[in-house]
Amino acid sequence: MYLADSRSTTPVAAPDSRPGRRPAAVPTTVLALGAVSLITDVSSEMVTAVLPLYVVAGLGLSPLGFGLLDGINNGVGALVRLAGGHLADRGGRRHKVVAGLGYGLSALCKPLLLLAHTLPVISAVLAADRTGKGLRTAPRDAMISLATEPRYRGRAFGVHRAMDTTGALLGPLVAFAVLRATVDGYDAVFAVSGCVAVLGVLVLVLFVPRHIVPAGAVQPPEPARPVLRDALGLLRRPELRRLTVCATLLGLTTVSDSFLYLLLQREGALPAHLFPLLPLGTAAVFLLLAFPLGALADRVSSRRLFLAGHGVLLLGYGLVLSPWHGAPAVIAVLVLHGTFYAATDGVLAAATAGAVPDRQQGAGQALVGTGQALARFTCSLAFGAAWSLWGGRTALAVTAAALAVSAVVASFVLRTTDEGPA
Amino acid sequence: MTRTTRLLVLLVAVVLLGAVGTGSVLYAAHRSGLRDEQQADGPTVRAGTVSLRPTSGRRLLVRNLAWGPHRDEIATVPADDPQGPRTASGVKCLRFHAAAGTGICLRAVHGALEDTYRAVVLDAHLHELRSFPAAGIPTRARVSPSGHLVAWTVFVSGDSYAGTAFSTRTAVVDTRTWAVDDNLETFRIIKDGRTYRAADINVWGVTFADDTRFYATLASGGRTYLVRGDVAARTLTTLHGNVECPSLSPDGTRIAYKKRVQGASPDAPWRLYVLDLRTLEETATAERRNIDDQALWADDSTLVYALPGDYGSDLWTVPADGSGAARTLMTSAVAPAYLG
Repeated sequence: MYLADSRSTTPVAAPDSRPGRRPAAVPTTVLALGAVSLITDVSSEMVTAVLPLYVVAGLGLSPLGFGLLDGINNGVGALVRLAGGHLADRGGRRHKVVAGLGYGLSALCKPLLLLAHTLPVISAVLAADRTGKGLRTAPRDAMISLATEPRYRGRAFGVHRAMDTTGALLGPLVAFAVLRATVDGYDAVFAVSGCVAVLGVLVLVLFVPRHIVPAGAVQPPEPARPVLRDALGLLRRPELRRLTVCATLLGLTTVSDSFLYLLLQREGALPAHLFPLLPLGTAAVFLLLAFPLGALADRVSSRRLFLAGHGVLLLGYGLVLSPWHGAPAVIAVLVLHGTFYAATDGVLAAATAGAVPDRQQGAGQALVGTGQALARFTCSLAFGAAWSLWGGRTALAVTAAALAVSAVVASFVLRTTDEGPA
Repeated sequence: MTRTTRLLVLLVAVVLLGAVGTGSVLYAAHRSGLRDEQQADGPTVRAGTVSLRPTSGRRLLVRNLAWGPHRDEIATVPADDPQGPRTASGVKCLRFHAAAGTGICLRAVHGALEDTYRAVVLDAHLHELRSFPAAGIPTRARVSPSGHLVAWTVFVSGDSYAGTAFSTRTAVVDTRTWAVDDNLETFRIIKDGRTYRAADINVWGVTFADDTRFYATLASGGRTYLVRGDVAARTLTTLHGNVECPSLSPDGTRIAYKKRVQGASPDAPWRLYVLDLRTLEETATAERRNIDDQALWADDSTLVYALPGDYGSDLWTVPADGSGAARTLMTSAVAPAYLG
């Protein structure tokens, strides 16, 4: 049974019960979580899209002091994610409760924006919003892992990430439609965003089972009360350790999106007003390829695809550095960048799921995710410094070389446990 | 809970939340309709012809924020009667500045999916001469005293996932040749006598001395500097620390600016100061409130600046030498420029 909803009354067909047809590989719990992410992302991207406008045009402030909290937020976010993952595993799997708290906290922040009129207060609200995001990420991925049979996890995460990105693309459209209808009605944007966020929490509460019995589990669930020491002990598992090391190593050589777009715009001599379209290009490709590449991960092993994704990224870096400029080159880089995300984001979560025991899915997802996030943040700092010293091109060339070395190292490290599809 | 109950709860919630969302949109739309009706206690605004050519008397141009049909239009009042009736030009700008018959107007272009912005150079009759795409939300605009150079600054926030990272982009255009420097960050930066490079450089708030030299703010590594720019040599040279949004006095000897002061509330860190360019001596003005604007010199001894007001913002004045007190100049106005 796929859908491991303890209260579900309608049994779901077993994988092999429908001869001649491919079984439904994506359980309804995953679809429900995908819907929650989609709705929540509509809500949060609505705010993100209009925030600069609100601050400058609505409040008449200059938002330059805004990024100050960013560094702190990143560090706190990483710690919150670890805490969220661990808490979710404790006490007989409280994934849904912890994820619900995270989604709820972020939902609360939207109406608070109606009252915030100064940069420090707005920054504080955004920090709370990110805390919510940090809290919910690991339990959500743990629930996706647990609800799905191991051999279908790639496509399950692919579906989830595609739904998530759909929300991110829809959010700004909704926000600007509201702004257009109300003539600078930022309060209306925040109110609608709040309503959408509440709807997301409600879908979670109503349609995601409180207790997820691992899909395909033959035995009843293990006694599940891992303590903090168990969470740290996860790293003693060679498979997870290798995955964490590789995700971190590759994360250290992954240039942050903003820097890549900045380089792309400068190298490609792209008109500055087209700059905001670059992230949309990446997101669109990510959206289209997340499911097919997730399915591919199920066939060729997620670790292998994760490595291949970084190879695609390396190609993208090469293209930025190449003498080939102009619109086709920019589009090609965005396609490669989106493909990189589709081949690594959900795929890494699927690989992690296979490397940790069911009762520690939350902590395992958090550990790998946090390692990767902190590594990328470190890379951002280093890349900024390298850019200052040597200029953007050289900084990218050095990073690309380091990525190539990391990828070779990672392919050796991961090969040890790579047994191919189950 | 059965599946039907759950779907029913969801349906009810969708209806309720939809009602709240629709209500807030309708309320906001209604409110925006109110803005097109003139307020009884507001200033008188009449449509008329506005020219940037010198006239008999000195005039003050502003973006009119008073509610009514001429909201957001560039309007003019006699400089000696700023509270008097306004003549609205029909030209809408978010930011505006003018000198010697040249105007720079930063405006939003409402697109199907989102707003884009353009910097429009206007002639003396407020007709469009040239228009340039602007990469983000407009914040500062200035014309050189001769009317030959124009500069503007916008806020750029490119990555929708980054959320809180903002940066500025400042462009300078020569209206004689239409040569464009669309990013002052590419100028060579000379800090303490040496070339300085960093990835996090932002430049904003140009104020012109003549057709070659200007002053601006440069930020890098969490600090801000006053820089002197040279359009011909393409250099920015740091002069002094903790200076934002400089404004050069008509006699060219002093810079009015916002200074981030120690001990002030982090909500409101900026105070209006004046820097003597010869001695680098700083003088605090009598304005004690937080200033987030590029001040304008009305003459060699008086500063004009915007503060939040009932209808967006009001204009205030204060003596530049630290004496006196802040006074209201006019309500419901922003982006001032003196002509004549």
